[in-house]
Amino acid sequence: MNYADLFRVTLPETALEVAALLVLVVDLGFLRKAALTVRAAVAALLGVAGCGVALWFVLTAGGASLSFGNDLLLTVGGTAAVAQAGILVLTALTLLLLIDAAFTRHVGEFVGVVLMAATGGLVISAAQDLLVIFVGLELLSLGLYILTAFAKKSAKSAESALKYYLFGGMSAAFLLFGFSYLYGLSGSTNLHKIVIASYALSTVGAWPLWALALVMVAAGLGFKVAAVPFHLWAPDTYEGAPAPAAAFIASVSKVASFALLITVGSIALNPFDFSRTAHGVLRVQLSFGVITSEVLTPRPLGFLAPWATVLAVMAAASMLVGNLAALAQISVRRLLAYSAIAHAGYILLGLAYFSYGSRSANAILYYTLTYGLTTIGAFGAIGVVERATGSDRMGAFLGLHKRNPVLAAVVLVLFLSLAGIPPLVGFWAKFNLFAAVLSVHAGPVSLALVALAVGMSAVSLYYYLQVLKRAYVMPAVNDEPIRVRPVTMLVLLLVAAGVVLLGCFPAVLQGWIASFYPIIDYVRMPPG
Amino acid sequence: MLAWTIYLSFAGALAEALLPKGRAGLARGLALVVALAGFVIAVLGFAGGMGQGLVTIVDVPWVPAMGIHFLLAADGISRVLVLLTGLAAVAGVLFSWNIELRTNEFFAFFLALIGGVYGVFLSFDLFLLFVFYEIAIVPKYFLIAIWGSTRREYAAMKLAIYSFAGSAMVLVVLLAAYTTSGSHSTGLIALGNAGLPVSFQMWAFPVTFVGFGILAGLWPFHTWAPTGHVAAPTAASMLLAGVVMKLGAYGCLRVAMALFPHGMDPWGFTFVGIGSWRDVFAVLALVGIVYGALVALVQTDFKFVIGYSSVSHMGFVLLGLMTLNQIGVTGAVLQMFSHGVLAGLLFAIVGRMVYDRTHTRQLAELERMHLGKRLPFAAWAFVIAGMASMGLPGFSGFVAELQVLIGAWTAKPWWTAVAGVGIVVGVAYTWRALQKALFSDVLPTPEEHPSTGWPKFAAITWPEVAGFSLLTAASLVVGLYPKILLDAIEPAVKTLLAGGGQ
Repeated sequence: MNYADLFRVTLPETALEVAALLVLVVDLGFLRKAALTVRAAVAALLGVAGCGVALWFVLTAGGASLSFGNDLLLTVGGTAAVAQAGILVLTALTLLLLIDAAFTRHVGEFVGVVLMAATGGLVISAAQDLLVIFVGLELLSLGLYILTAFAKKSAKSAESALKYYLFGGMSAAFLLFGFSYLYGLSGSTNLHKIVIASYALSTVGAWPLWALALVMVAAGLGFKVAAVPFHLWAPDTYEGAPAPAAAFIASVSKVASFALLITVGSIALNPFDFSRTAHGVLRVQLSFGVITSEVLTPRPLGFLAPWATVLAVMAAASMLVGNLAALAQISVRRLLAYSAIAHAGYILLGLAYFSYGSRSANAILYYTLTYGLTTIGAFGAIGVVERATGSDRMGAFLGLHKRNPVLAAVVLVLFLSLAGIPPLVGFWAKFNLFAAVLSVHAGPVSLALVALAVGMSAVSLYYYLQVLKRAYVMPAVNDEPIRVRPVTMLVLLLVAAGVVLLGCFPAVLQGWIASFYPIIDYVRMPPG
Repeated sequence: MLAWTIYLSFAGALAEALLPKGRAGLARGLALVVALAGFVIAVLGFAGGMGQGLVTIVDVPWVPAMGIHFLLAADGISRVLVLLTGLAAVAGVLFSWNIELRTNEFFAFFLALIGGVYGVFLSFDLFLLFVFYEIAIVPKYFLIAIWGSTRREYAAMKLAIYSFAGSAMVLVVLLAAYTTSGSHSTGLIALGNAGLPVSFQMWAFPVTFVGFGILAGLWPFHTWAPTGHVAAPTAASMLLAGVVMKLGAYGCLRVAMALFPHGMDPWGFTFVGIGSWRDVFAVLALVGIVYGALVALVQTDFKFVIGYSSVSHMGFVLLGLMTLNQIGVTGAVLQMFSHGVLAGLLFAIVGRMVYDRTHTRQLAELERMHLGKRLPFAAWAFVIAGMASMGLPGFSGFVAELQVLIGAWTAKPWWTAVAGVGIVVGVAYTWRALQKALFSDVLPTPEEHPSTGWPKFAAITWPEVAGFSLLTAASLVVGLYPKILLDAIEPAVKTLLAGGGQ
């Protein structure tokens, strides 16, 4: 490793950090006397520009990677590039929604923290090493705690941030504990080496330790994606955080965390590192019998079986708890929090039945990116309604179709997409994901889990319709029009248009994601 | 060309949504133009498709990576049902001419629903069919919840949840069939030829049949239908009974029966005379026929009578499908058309001509209004529609139910015997409603009988006359000259029953 390599691989992160510092300098140095809206606009636009530059670096990076000695630390391309591009676009949208939000006077700091947290997201999307993962996760998490607490005048914001922080700290401890076991079992912090070690005969007797370590890791990561039973922070945080912060947590942080889970999942399934250690790995594999079909072979030992089991249990629990608890919510933000838990459940199902090749990774990325896009729009719309009515209760949406027909139409599109109604993107994402699950393993258990997921989406329609019912059906208490500032309206319309168009032409995004994967059929690689 | 029915309807829906508020006349006119255009295309497509089998209309790769195509095609069954949809759309617009509340939004949802229905009937890719099927759910919810009457929010939510639960079952089978077949395609023909294992078909068939059957009013999953029909505004009840229930029956035929024919094979054992899924669903259909008719007999609400009669008539469709012989299935498809027209007509009379003027649907109150004298047009319209609905020769219902009964006799004679009971009760409830609501001789109480005479009801308007004439003519033409539809339906049913794709 030399610093030129490091710089080349971390160009996007660097661009974001530079943008963050620039925002702070400009805001604190030059715009002290300027009006709040000007400062917000300048800070957000600088941030968006930073995201744009970083995006350009991501898309033009090619397939570089960074190693330390023999250990791979970071990769560029594939999952990483898709997730990173998604993170950057979603961050830019969050920043644009911030311009009119006006919940704080410290816009420069807010934008700075958003950009740094996004940097953390970029790092974990690309990380291949436990330590790098941990550093990236903490960078992201600390940013999120700060963002949650940013509405200083709101007691709720402070309370939710404290809850989020305490839960987060505990889950980080779980994660580190699990990491320490993995290191102890394999003698390496590199994910590839850890998985290879899990196939070694010497670890046969150590399977309880593997299981324990993986449960701990799953707990730590389950917290990030708000999977049951590590979801308790989500409703409070979604409710208390300022709307742009909640949008950021619901979208960017989710994309990054799922990208990390994909990394772990693909490494668990593909312990081939074609560049260097292929022979050694395949020999170890032969002694266990080479996997020849695209079927998740249940393996009593090692990495895969406990990992998949833990994820499947979390998936089922999240789908059930998320959807059923959402039925009883009267705060739309809490409703979105529980729906986020449910969506995390669907995605975890895709991770539990993870495929060789890129099928599952594609489907999961497609899901998280489009879900992130939809929730940002949803939180943007909620933010607008909240500013006009002072509440995020369902009642605040009463008569929305009269008070602002365009905003009501946006809410209609976004919520129906979340419920998975075609031709909106949410439906296609679900179909693609469940098809991936069944193509990996079409047995009674996976079919039952998919049936549960599909059935639970039918349940979810009920609570999404509760909001739409108030927006469209029930009589308005207050006919006063709700004004939306042009920038916010533009972003919301963009998001809604994206949800419709991506849903009508699903092949576009799918093809784009697939273009980042080398066409290697991992399964049919001849041994040696 | 038929594809334009779909595009035009959705374009019309979008245009309606963007219309300025308060231009009710413009919204109505636009909706009528769009519905008429769709109808004309449907007629031309029907006439042009005479004597042809399955014709592919559009075939564009939609998601190449998964083998999903935007594949529209039509065979005789599709063309007949598209024709029905066109009729129902025009009649629906005509009978909602008096909607003043949020008119443009009403027609936006209405046309979106129509577009989805056209789409289902023309899709020959299972994924696409499912997409259109779900597109049709949401507008129904809003049509009922916003413009409905009795317990509308409850009924609308019930309908939405029932529909979505049904489509969830279909989606599970769609996913499973797609991955099991390994044909890397969701085309109906490809899936039909994929040779899905019998064990798979054995569970996929009942799940799909129930999933679609929910929307077709399959007993005991029919309970959304009466409440939904009653709560819905007139045009929405017409569409619900007229075409949406047909979506379910069409799905049962085109997806459940055509893709999983071995799901109807005997189980190898019998339990109280039931030895296959076919028997199970035939019995459920029979229960639906008799139960719907009996319940209709004791309703106190005029619209509930029609609502339950729909359950009974749709039972004939499902029974006809389960006969699995040429004449029975042909009769089922013809009954879909016939019931679509007649149920639309009945709902239009009850909802638009009577209720919008009397503001009550309670038979006990209507009894004292002497509607036979005060609304003669409505009264005689109901006489005609009621006769047609109870199966008077000369109307479409007779030909359709006769074929179903013959088919049922060929399959199992006792099915015909039970269904016959349903027909007799059908005469009774229609007669009862007719007598009570329109031709009762109960004298009004003195205070309701002012010496100056009864207050006048608003006169019957031209859209009502036009809509009535259109639907009655359709039923008469098919009743007197059924060959016009049978020539299209029979070959399609023949290929479908013969298996080997469609």
